[in-house]
Amino acid sequence: MPSATTILDARAMDRTLRRMADEIVELNDGTDNLIIVGIQRRGVQLAERIAATIKARNDVDVPRGALDITLYRDDLQTVGPRPVVGATKLPWDLEDKFVVIVDDVLYTGRTVRAALDELADFGRPARIALAVLVDRGGRELPIHADVVGKKIDVAPHDRVDVLVEELDGKDGVVIARRDDDA
Amino acid sequence: MTRRLLLQGGTLLDPSRRLDARGDLLIADGKVARLGGTIDAGDSTEVLDCAGCYVSPGFIDVHCHLREPGREDVETIATGAQAAAAGGFTAVCAMPNTEPVTDNQAAVGFIIRQALRAGAARVYPIGAISVGQRGEALAEFGEMVGAGAVAVSDDGRPVASAHLMRTALEYAQAFDIPVIDHCEEPTLAKGGAMNEGVVSARLGLPGIPTEAEEIMVIRDILLARRTGGHVHLAHMSTKGSVELIRWGKERGIRVTAEVTPHHLTLTEDACEGYDTHAKMNPPLRTAADVTALGEALRDGTIDLVATDHAPHHYDAKEREFTDAPFGIIGLETALALVVTELVTPGIIDFATLVDRMSCRPAALFHLQGGTLAEGSVADVTVFDPGRAWTVDPSSFLSKGRNTPYAGRALTGRAVYTIVGGHVVYRLGG
Amino acid sequence: MTSALGKDLLGLEPLTSEQIQLILDTAEPFKEISERAIKKVPALRGQTIVNLFFEASTRTRISFEFAEKRLSADTVNVASSGSSVQKGETLVDTARNLEAMRIDMVVIRHGASGAARFLADRIVSNVINAGDGTHEHPTQGLLDLLTLRDHFGTLAGRRVCIVGDVLHSRVARSNIWGLKKMGAEVAVCGPRSLLPWAIGEFGVTVFSRVEEAIEWAEALNILRLQLERMTAGYIPSLREYNRVFGITRERLARAPRDVLILHPGPMNRGVEIDSDVADGPHSVILNQVTNGVAIRMAVLYLLAGGRPELAEAAKGGSER
Repeated sequence: MPSATTILDARAMDRTLRRMADEIVELNDGTDNLIIVGIQRRGVQLAERIAATIKARNDVDVPRGALDITLYRDDLQTVGPRPVVGATKLPWDLEDKFVVIVDDVLYTGRTVRAALDELADFGRPARIALAVLVDRGGRELPIHADVVGKKIDVAPHDRVDVLVEELDGKDGVVIARRDDDA
Repeated sequence: MTRRLLLQGGTLLDPSRRLDARGDLLIADGKVARLGGTIDAGDSTEVLDCAGCYVSPGFIDVHCHLREPGREDVETIATGAQAAAAGGFTAVCAMPNTEPVTDNQAAVGFIIRQALRAGAARVYPIGAISVGQRGEALAEFGEMVGAGAVAVSDDGRPVASAHLMRTALEYAQAFDIPVIDHCEEPTLAKGGAMNEGVVSARLGLPGIPTEAEEIMVIRDILLARRTGGHVHLAHMSTKGSVELIRWGKERGIRVTAEVTPHHLTLTEDACEGYDTHAKMNPPLRTAADVTALGEALRDGTIDLVATDHAPHHYDAKEREFTDAPFGIIGLETALALVVTELVTPGIIDFATLVDRMSCRPAALFHLQGGTLAEGSVADVTVFDPGRAWTVDPSSFLSKGRNTPYAGRALTGRAVYTIVGGHVVYRLGG
Repeated sequence: MTSALGKDLLGLEPLTSEQIQLILDTAEPFKEISERAIKKVPALRGQTIVNLFFEASTRTRISFEFAEKRLSADTVNVASSGSSVQKGETLVDTARNLEAMRIDMVVIRHGASGAARFLADRIVSNVINAGDGTHEHPTQGLLDLLTLRDHFGTLAGRRVCIVGDVLHSRVARSNIWGLKKMGAEVAVCGPRSLLPWAIGEFGVTVFSRVEEAIEWAEALNILRLQLERMTAGYIPSLREYNRVFGITRERLARAPRDVLILHPGPMNRGVEIDSDVADGPHSVILNQVTNGVAIRMAVLYLLAGGRPELAEAAKGGSER
């Protein structure tokens, strides 16, 4: 029977996301040419929160996009019955833009690599940065996050789940530990 | 020297003499010498144990395709005659749609000779109605009968011309032979691959409506009435045809009919998955037709069972459904199918089976056999009505393997097939 | 483990409504890819797909080719005319040769009903039926469903009438199965000689007059009438067909509602459909073509899912 530990509750998560929003604006030296792109699925909701904070703090509507990386996965040939592909929305010219990719958990780095491949098919931004709510280490590729909500240390067989109100009914970051070796 | 054969301990079943009783049968010099009760074997007599079996007049299949001359790659008269014997048939009639067509006395003679060489079941040639089966000029019925033909037919094809059918029925009377028609109205059936119905509509296959057969059935019956000739309707497949034959017989018209084991046991559903082993002409129809045909066999509206054994090369059937040729083999499964699907469920009894597979064919086609009367030719089938076996096409004596019954568990098997007093087939070799 | 659709897509009749739903839903994101500047995703990179077309067809073949290339697959076109008998090489041999070359997927169009099934039964590769005789044309059926769904939002309860030569139409059959499984109400309309004799068993309404069909329907799927039908004695002339069954602006004007117009193409303008209808405001014929590529991408993508020898169990949660 797995046990679950809450790393961030709803309030802590909210504070962390606000701080991340500020860091992003700082990284870009402002809000000009900024585009926030969330990775399906929960990265999209987190991107929404971050953009809302930026709007509240800077009174600027930063464009929000979504990226579904299913078709760019490097393990697509072996993964079995196809996962359903979500929506990708990137209706702008990326030239001269500063794109910040937002994802919930950074682990092996393969998702981000797929997102970079996909972005390359859309255009050539001036700069791409990565913002993640949780960095759990365990990289298999040389990928690094520019903005990190929380860095944690977990065993490989543990799961880190980010919950968002829109999809899961509540906010939070939870570690599910497996007691048995299932 | 007298060659004697004693069939011991079986049940003698001869509906032509209302005989159905345990008893022995003694054969000498190729004829039935004595039958009934217990018979002493005596000297130089081979004894065959027939316990648990029926001993009946030999089965006769009046409709099969032996492919020789022309398609010896697919069947020869020898392999066909052996397959017939394995199926319990002591005689078969071979249809003339060979290459070249059997439409003259030399061709008829060739078949007779090949059959004698084969030394298995008897093979009686059927001559063509028209030269080359082209449906134009009559073939020489007299010459062909003189050489040994027992009937005429353009089977494979219908006799499309009513005029030709009429003259054939008139002309054939001089030789007292039946004219066999493959009833298929060509313009209705054209391009069709299976029965026209809901299955063909779903599979997207062109259909052959039942009327294609029935239109020719009533035509032939009316022409038989007009001419007084004997028309024999090949491989009936529809309920409508049965009704028309009944109509004709009620009026004393000389119409007789046959049905195949597959039309008695399969429906158009067998075509699912585009299985070419379910493709034949006339096509498999619906359950209502199957029921009507079984009933007609029981009450005699349909006179006999004939296999329409039609071997095809594996490659030929291994094709898109619309391209594959029509036809399946049937000599080695006929008895078991009739036993399993008609006798066991009680639609007909064994006496009727023997009547429809031996007595009637012999009578209608004026062939020897069809009876166990003393002095008659010793064409005898010994069959085990309860013998269970599974159909394995690779073990058939026929060269053909195109059967939809592969893997089926059936009951009923010929144990000995005796032709003119010679055992031409023993189960188990 | 096999894909959610099994090994092959041979028709819509064998599919469940869930499977059809999955294909339609999967096609949505694929529509977006065709709007991008770079119309390519690496999803089927390294897969080899053969388009085996025994019947000439430019539009379907091109549509499949675009779908394959936009998924980064390698495609080969083999065009061949005639049946096995005429060609010399049997369909069985063709199948075996393809398998020996380790082709991943075959898209086959053939003049014989059942040809796709014949091939699928004999090779390990995925087989997609691009039209077999008069049996089925599943991707066409699916793109018609998608087009209808785009317009109406749902398919359940929608009244769709298929007009024309249903007897000889694989598009009609696929549409009937697909629409019924998705809960639509289906009707057919055409000369009785061009409807299957057993059409009554299909659970569809049969209209003998096209005016009745137009009055009833929310959408018409208009089938192409082929010249050969006239010479084969099914109908007297194309001119009469147009006068009695043609979809014209006048007939549509008398309809109680706007009727959506679909046509699988290619059109015989002035026969089954008049130009001002085909090019009119209610025609979604071009949408059908666009959706065709997305549907085919979705089908290829779904079928390629799960090779038993390569698949590993999908891990719970996603690998980050």
